[in-house]
Amino acid sequence: METGKTTALTAMLLALGLSGYAVAGKLDEVKKRGALKCGVSTGVVGFSAPDAKGVWQGFDVGMCRAVAAATLGKPMAVEFVPLTSKNRFSALASGEVDMLSRTTTWTYSRDIDLKVDFAGINFYDGQGFLVAKKLGVNSAKELNGATICVKTGTTSELNLADYFRTNGMKFDPVPIETDAEAIQQLLAGSCDAFSTDSSKLNAHRASLAKPNDYKVLPEIISKEPLGPLVKQGDPQWTDIVRWTLNALLTAEELGITSANVDRMAATSTNPEVRRLLGVEGRLGEMAGLPADWAQQVIRAVGNYGELFDNTIGANSPIGIKRGLNALWTQGGLQYSPPFR
Amino acid sequence: MASRGFAHKRRRFRLSLLIYDTRYRSYTIQLFALFVFIAFIAWLVNNTLHNLASQGKDLDFSFLFSSAGYKINQTLIDYDIHSTNLRAAIVGLLNTLLVAVLGCITATVIGTLVGVFRLSKNWLISRLMGLYVETFRNVPVLLWILLTMAILTEQLPAPRDFRGEDPAATMLLNDSVAITNRGFYLPMPKFSRDLDQRFDNSLDINFNSVLILFVLASSIYASHRIKLRADRIQKQTGNRPTIWHQQAAVLVLPTLGLLYALGFHLEYPELTGFNFDGGLRLRNSLIALWVALSLYTAAFIGEIVRGGIMAISKGQSEAAESMGLGPVRMMQLVILPQAMRVIVPPVISQYLSLTKNTSLAIAVGYMDITGTLGGITMNQTGRELECILLLMLVYLLISLAISAVMNWYNSRVALVER
Amino acid sequence: MSDQGFVRTEMIPPRPPPVSQSSLTGWLKENLFYSVPSSVATLLTLVLFAWGVVSVLHWLVVPTWSAQSINECRSIVAELGRGISQSGACWGVIRDRGIQLMFGFYPAAGYWRPVLAFVLLLPALAPVLFAEKLPKRLRWFSLVYPFLMPWLLWGGSIWIPVGIMSGLVAGYLAYRITLGLNSLLCLAISSAVTLAWWVLVVPVLDELLTSLAPIALDPVPSRMFGGFMLSLTIGVVAIASSLPIGILLALGRKSDLILIKSLCVGFIEFIRGVPLITLLFVASTLLNIFLPPGTEFDIIMRVIIMATLFASAYMAEVIRGGLAALPRGQYEAASALGLSYWQAQRLVIMPQALKISIPGIVSVFISMFKDTTLVSIIGLLDPLGLTTSIRANQEWAGIVWELYGFIAILFFIVTYSMSRYSLYLERKLHREH
Repeated sequence: METGKTTALTAMLLALGLSGYAVAGKLDEVKKRGALKCGVSTGVVGFSAPDAKGVWQGFDVGMCRAVAAATLGKPMAVEFVPLTSKNRFSALASGEVDMLSRTTTWTYSRDIDLKVDFAGINFYDGQGFLVAKKLGVNSAKELNGATICVKTGTTSELNLADYFRTNGMKFDPVPIETDAEAIQQLLAGSCDAFSTDSSKLNAHRASLAKPNDYKVLPEIISKEPLGPLVKQGDPQWTDIVRWTLNALLTAEELGITSANVDRMAATSTNPEVRRLLGVEGRLGEMAGLPADWAQQVIRAVGNYGELFDNTIGANSPIGIKRGLNALWTQGGLQYSPPFR
Repeated sequence: MASRGFAHKRRRFRLSLLIYDTRYRSYTIQLFALFVFIAFIAWLVNNTLHNLASQGKDLDFSFLFSSAGYKINQTLIDYDIHSTNLRAAIVGLLNTLLVAVLGCITATVIGTLVGVFRLSKNWLISRLMGLYVETFRNVPVLLWILLTMAILTEQLPAPRDFRGEDPAATMLLNDSVAITNRGFYLPMPKFSRDLDQRFDNSLDINFNSVLILFVLASSIYASHRIKLRADRIQKQTGNRPTIWHQQAAVLVLPTLGLLYALGFHLEYPELTGFNFDGGLRLRNSLIALWVALSLYTAAFIGEIVRGGIMAISKGQSEAAESMGLGPVRMMQLVILPQAMRVIVPPVISQYLSLTKNTSLAIAVGYMDITGTLGGITMNQTGRELECILLLMLVYLLISLAISAVMNWYNSRVALVER
Repeated sequence: MSDQGFVRTEMIPPRPPPVSQSSLTGWLKENLFYSVPSSVATLLTLVLFAWGVVSVLHWLVVPTWSAQSINECRSIVAELGRGISQSGACWGVIRDRGIQLMFGFYPAAGYWRPVLAFVLLLPALAPVLFAEKLPKRLRWFSLVYPFLMPWLLWGGSIWIPVGIMSGLVAGYLAYRITLGLNSLLCLAISSAVTLAWWVLVVPVLDELLTSLAPIALDPVPSRMFGGFMLSLTIGVVAIASSLPIGILLALGRKSDLILIKSLCVGFIEFIRGVPLITLLFVASTLLNIFLPPGTEFDIIMRVIIMATLFASAYMAEVIRGGLAALPRGQYEAASALGLSYWQAQRLVIMPQALKISIPGIVSVFISMFKDTTLVSIIGLLDPLGLTTSIRANQEWAGIVWELYGFIAILFFIVTYSMSRYSLYLERKLHREH
């Protein structure tokens, strides 16, 4: 009797497991599956968090939806897999997710040693410190001997060690697993400072009960270029993700928004607009995507500026300024190669 | 021509004998099982190598000797960011053992008290202990660890609350102990005539502690010998000599003398900058883990102790009472020695379970071996297979050691059955 | 002498005991105030307990159920005039996210499915646990339930579980037909028939029947499982699957065949020696490496596999204890009756051993169920993992006690009822022996 239960369950497990047998080419796999598997965090304010109905929202989530819109035409056909900073790379390497959109920093060792490819930089960030104003600290150089909360398994802890060593200061690290823990400890005063990417610091600060009691210190102690990642070895897929990001940037450069994309597609005479939106040229075909893939992307999430503003920028409660993430024409670093 | 005849002649060997004849069947089955097992292992290894190759990785333990690059906030031995990953793993292992030993001791003490109080005649006390046991046993230990950490961080004062003209919090015990939400700061023993300075300390051994432990152990042994001598005299003459002053002298004086000779003094914690400096610092992650694990395991140990004492038949206590023994002597001489046999093996397996539960330390940021080797090292180097294998090996060795102790104890007190 | 005085003709009715012995005062005196230390302890405990209860109630009872965010909670509490910021519970988070904590990301239209699956668990277990009192017909439901539950939870066409069940029936029939032959051969043939049925006949049958009568539930992928439902699913599936494996391991450990014995002992000691979190690390990072390239197992499936392996080692130890509690006479009597090893196990030993080990099995289930909280460390969104997601939202950033308290109460209710049940079973078994 009991043997029956085991065999039944094993059979069902095998059936469910083998149903996902991989085929060559990530694009074909995604199309066959009918959904994109996207690795996100377990919950970071503004970047990826599920709302009360279980629908994921955020800047990184928008990037995933853009890729899904480009490849499948359906921005909601995304399966979000929440990953911790520990298992994110192994999930990508094993094929459990097709791409990782999880505020991951592009570094030498990750690119070369971990066999992943960074498909662009969708957020230029840097590591900073969030402190309570009560401490009376105005600069990171005054943090000698402080207790600092930092996430394990990230570039933040290594940068912190380097910064304090270079400046001849000491600090007391408190390893934490999630941002929520760090904020809780900062509020309770058991950490003097929280150190991570400053965009997240601003997001967290905006979501506190009394944001004016806390400030982000002016020093940015490292470069943190954040971007989507894919597994190494599938150039077509890497290109698709990269050029989806570039499509968002180019759309903002050319003034295409989700409101006017249909009108632009029908009436614009700008050759680059026409090439981007697939009205002329064969750009989509070259990548194995439908001709109107960029239209789908912009209709789904808007251009880069809209995505930024709606999730972490001016239209959201967080209110991060564009800063380095403005377009190159407006003093920022976001610059897309041409669609030609 | 085949010969017929006597029954004792052996049957000719046929292949089907392998299955049907019980003499050979066990060999057949075992051989078959071995074959299946080896095939399974070979399949696993083959898959592993294939998958590793396709991900561009290989099985390589040399990462253990490369620099770790990260800071660990609590170390029992010297460690800095240039130390190797192997040293980081050893630091983690020592942290695991530290919290395991501390937790086992407090869990035993609290558990024994809980078990004894649960059997108390006072209805309120026994019900309250029952409430404690049920609450702690029925909620997952991870949740207790998180709750304890939350209580410690939220309810205790921050170091900056100790400052100012009218501070919100003050130090205790004549300004020597500070309880904050980052940790407990206690005075640290220091030696002005340090032995470590006199000898070549290339092995990093703390000679002071070794000497103090040695003297303490000898004192305890000497005190035990005094007790044995008193027992012998009592058996021979019926009078028990008073020995408490001798025992007290033997326990206290040598250690005190040694401490004086080494120049013992206390270093007090002082509030400088963001934190307290100096003194012995017990981090809040260590305290949270220690308290949560102790209280959780004490609930189980309490039930074991209660079960052990209740397992002793009532006749034993009645006979002891009829001999005129008071309740304390009865416990000490009659009940507990018999109850030990029933109590100790499950308590040792609770120790094992406590040691394994210390792996949840990463939930509060305590750097045990799961946090260093299985956490930061694994993450930064990307070597999951090697790290997890080593981690499992370490835990296996610890649990084998504890099981060996249990088996030794069992064999020593085992009742010989007919 | 004739002047006796007074001779009673009827008995005086017994008088009630003195007030100091009976009723409330007597009880108090005997149980609480029987000595000075005891009285002091009682009074101290009462004072502390009352103080504790009053302050907790003060924190608990606040009209914040309809609050939409933690700021709103704080303003409601401030209006009550309590002063310092968090001196009142914020129940709005339970109203807003309570369902998510229970069901995770399961589609709302399908909530009846997991509820039905777990409610049906009780009648399915009943014939096993209350053997005498219930009709034998109920045992058929217990046989059907292991196929019914995955179908209810994961969805899909009904013909797949029906097909799997029919495969087992086919195997059983083959077993009965070949009963005359040698037992090993019989077993081999019936397993072959079952496997062949599953691989060859079931897909065909499934397509055929689906085109005729497409009865199906909406398929729900495992990654949508979350919250308390996920913990229950992992716990129930792991324990149910680990029972047969545990029986085999326990028998193997007791066997005389040295190789089998050492393999079983090695496996059991290995699993019992490592903490569950390392096995979960294996599930989340390594299991993909051990399986053939291209197989994709969902993370929840991998976690269920490792949890099953973990539980089966503990189950094996419990069953070994049950087997050891059987008197030797049972084994000897079975041999004397001429029963072979497997016949003896099936007819004499296992029924008794399993009955004795039921309290142990329940306690393995309780501890397995509590250990499912560890999956939050590898990123699965069980209730503890969901607290991180909930706190990542603007409205609820900084909430601590309400979420932890709610989760603690959920776990307490389930495990406490299980442990009460196990106590009842132990008493019943004790009386029967």
